[in-house]
Amino acid sequence: MATNNRPLSPHLQVYRPQLTSMLSILHRLTGVALAIGTLLLVWWLIAAASGPDAYATAQGFIGSILGRLLLLGWTFALFYHLANGIRHLAWDIGWGFELPTAYTTGWLVVIVSIVLTLVSWVGGYAALGG
Amino acid sequence: MSLRSPLGRARGLGSAKSGTQHWWAQRLTAVALVPLTIWFVIAMVAATGSDHATARAFIGNPVTAVLLILLIVATFHHAQLGLQVVIEDYVHKKPVEIGLLLFVKGAAIVLALAAIFAVLSIAFGGS
Repeated sequence: MATNNRPLSPHLQVYRPQLTSMLSILHRLTGVALAIGTLLLVWWLIAAASGPDAYATAQGFIGSILGRLLLLGWTFALFYHLANGIRHLAWDIGWGFELPTAYTTGWLVVIVSIVLTLVSWVGGYAALGG
Repeated sequence: MSLRSPLGRARGLGSAKSGTQHWWAQRLTAVALVPLTIWFVIAMVAATGSDHATARAFIGNPVTAVLLILLIVATFHHAQLGLQVVIEDYVHKKPVEIGLLLFVKGAAIVLALAAIFAVLSIAFGGS
């Protein structure tokens, strides 16, 4: 069978990147990242249940440069997945499919995620200082 | 004209043999996670840098403990449903796909159980 000469459907790479497609794949990426991030929550809970030494180790990691960088990434991922998830739920009830609306809500999700990430970190540092 | 048989239409299960169950469970957990996540982030920001005793008092508080367990159940259920779709979409070698699905679903159960156990042991005053 001469299957090799069949025309192929256009592959993903031939399309110009646009906001809607980038946000779509970012929803998946942040979802996978958050699934990995649950490890930190589970560790923190088990450490708190295990005793002061285990808890100090977990807090030490979270407070380290690497821990803070990971937590910053996970904070953004959480807010992005939350905001874009609400955008998805709106689509599920049939709202927001028009192209201008999809772009408006897309930019809104980006702005909201960044702002809420910054607000949380300002709040976190305020809690540390207070 | 529909090509589906009357029996197939009545059962509504389609080629995946599970109908809309997976899709619906993903939406239900998503809706539950909207308020739970907002509460969780606010609570965690407030708890930043807590010492051990403060953290235990926070986790063991009856309201916090129940909300944490709800969050854990919804999160791991939602996560394994989502990771399942990612694996089914991108992993094309059947043995690897099945192996990864088993690993993800098993890990979700183990992690959720461990997290719930930790919350309960603190709430009930162990160690």
